[in-house]
Amino acid sequence: MAVAATTAPQQAYAAGLGDWLDRHSGRIMVLPAALIILAFAIFPLVISAYLSVSRFALAPGGFTLKFVGLANFKKLLIGSQQYHLLGTFGGFGAIEWTVLGLTIVGLGFWLAGYVRSPELWLPGLIGRLVSTALAIAVVLLLLAAIVAGGVPGSLVTTFIYVVAGVSVQFALGLGLALLCAQPIRARSWFRVIFFIPLMVTPVGIAYTFRMLADMEKGPLAPLRFALDLGEFAWATDPWSARLVVMIGDTWQWTPFMFIVLLAAIEARPHEQVEAARIDGAGPSQIFRHVTWPAVAPVAATVVLIRLIEAFKIIDLPNVLTNGGPGLATESMTLHAFIAWRTQDLGSSAAVGYILLFISTVTCISFFNFGVHRARRYQS
Amino acid sequence: MSTAVPPPLWQSLFESRRLGEPAPAAKVAVYAALFFWTAVVLLPLYWVFVTSFKLPVDVDSGPYYLPFIDYRPSLHAWRYIFVDLGRDTLRPYVNSIVVSLAATTLAVVIGALAAYALVRIRFQVKLAAVAAFLLLLVAVVIAVAYFGVYWPVAAASGAALFVLFLSTLSRRFKRAASNTDIEFWIISNRILPPVVAVLPIYIMFQRLHLLDTQIALIATYTAVNLPIVVWLMRDFFAGIPIEIEESAQVDGCSRFRIYVSIVLPLARSGLAATFMLVMILAWNEYLLALFLSTANAQTMPILVAAQHGTRGPQWWYMSVLIVIMIAPVVALAIALQKQIARGILLGAIKG
Repeated sequence: MAVAATTAPQQAYAAGLGDWLDRHSGRIMVLPAALIILAFAIFPLVISAYLSVSRFALAPGGFTLKFVGLANFKKLLIGSQQYHLLGTFGGFGAIEWTVLGLTIVGLGFWLAGYVRSPELWLPGLIGRLVSTALAIAVVLLLLAAIVAGGVPGSLVTTFIYVVAGVSVQFALGLGLALLCAQPIRARSWFRVIFFIPLMVTPVGIAYTFRMLADMEKGPLAPLRFALDLGEFAWATDPWSARLVVMIGDTWQWTPFMFIVLLAAIEARPHEQVEAARIDGAGPSQIFRHVTWPAVAPVAATVVLIRLIEAFKIIDLPNVLTNGGPGLATESMTLHAFIAWRTQDLGSSAAVGYILLFISTVTCISFFNFGVHRARRYQS
Repeated sequence: MSTAVPPPLWQSLFESRRLGEPAPAAKVAVYAALFFWTAVVLLPLYWVFVTSFKLPVDVDSGPYYLPFIDYRPSLHAWRYIFVDLGRDTLRPYVNSIVVSLAATTLAVVIGALAAYALVRIRFQVKLAAVAAFLLLLVAVVIAVAYFGVYWPVAAASGAALFVLFLSTLSRRFKRAASNTDIEFWIISNRILPPVVAVLPIYIMFQRLHLLDTQIALIATYTAVNLPIVVWLMRDFFAGIPIEIEESAQVDGCSRFRIYVSIVLPLARSGLAATFMLVMILAWNEYLLALFLSTANAQTMPILVAAQHGTRGPQWWYMSVLIVIMIAPVVALAIALQKQIARGILLGAIKG
């Protein structure tokens, strides 16, 4: 390093394009990436914010944009389009009030604990308040639109996909990874097979599952006769339609969880597993005290990555069910696309922004309260 | 381990023979579960494959599972897609190949450069400069939208003001973003749902008369996949011992020379893994293509999705399209499973 320090100034004074390039190499290397992201992420975000507060109309020779303030958001959250985004709500009974009350009390305790702890920090408090507010709002929505007998809108449906889909995929992926980590034959073969669905186009998966779910002519038709299900059309019932979408999603994304968790399980400290076995620990004890602590940080990270991607779901519902029956399978991205197709650009951008807000808050909350904790748990 | 009297059979089924190996009964259960999931994975693919060889009548008259036994396979759907529709199939296929290859190459080249710089060179970006840039951007957008300023004028004056700010006022501010902040900023773009960004991108390409061209798709796909490349390559580069680069620097190599002739060859496997992963993401992309392409630049996912025509679903044709679309990717996945999985693993484990 001492040599480098003495030669560097001499080089810097040598004239020429090459040296100028070398001195600014860092900036030149990052600049293209930064410019592309500015042009395709930051600039669109600003324009989208602007679109979300305007009304778009076609006019002779182009279009006009009229500033309407927060009217688009108002329409979606409390106005005429509320049924589309949030759903229609049922009346609250005893169960709903109890669950809501318990949620609020639980989150209140958690907040109070933070306020009294020595870690108290203003941005931390604000972040926790935002997370809490979103959590309460989501619980309220799920209760009103599902438990109380309402009809879920696209936001609620998206949450169902994200929460149910990611948990099932995680459970299946972890189970398969634990099985594949056993000393058995043909492990690498299973690994290759299980990996395939991750690579398949979601659009292709959607049509494939439409064929498979055809209870008249599909491969599962004999099963229907065997179980004596009678006439059954999954596409006309909201919950079975959502289930088929989630099955397709699970088929595709379980491999992702599987591959990563398997690697984490195989990387766990081998001596500890051996030692636990010699001491007579059963499989469940080994899992709880050796495997899980080693796997937890990775598990939290894969769930985070999946959460980020799961909020963007569109291909499967659009192709499988076209969002139907009614709005039953419509995700928020599909909602924004449909709004765009009907030239309601303001609503489309507003839905996009609401999705951005929700997914960002959820993912950051999960990062702070899930991933961080899991990493600390390991050390 | 040697016992004189072998235990009764029913008992030995539930006891493992060697330490760390599952008991025979457990082993059977493990295999059963694994074979069940194998069936779950393969059945949909198998069904698409056999459906592509069925005549409409074979599809309509109930489920037939085995070609040559249940029904006579026919190539009619393949002939229709490749001969009758020839060019209409070929165009999206070529589009898909061109777009995904070009976008992946661009994203990997640009992203790897940025990732390397972020790993090895210290950056200090003044927060005040970032804030000024964003404020000016908003001001330009408002000026163009509400006050009807001609957009090149507005953009130029915005840029001029920004340069003025950089050379004068920005010296007064101290707080700067470090490398990890820049990395986080780039990677966090992955959280951005594409549907938020796609409307302005659509309008942008419409203004540039580039809608429904390969260029629009290539540029957009490059941008969307850039964060992944930076994220993955950062870890590959960080794993390269810095001593080699330092000694090259002592010998008078420039940064670019070091990057091209020392770092890139060492990160070859990482580059390959990243390339494969991004390529598959670009190949399968649906939403952006749905907005940005209609006919000429249509990619395979859009063609497949558009098959649900007025005559009801024609599963035989659709199956052919799905087969030709997923066959290369599945072949790639089987052949290069280890390499692709490495890309995924690195992103997920290092986080």
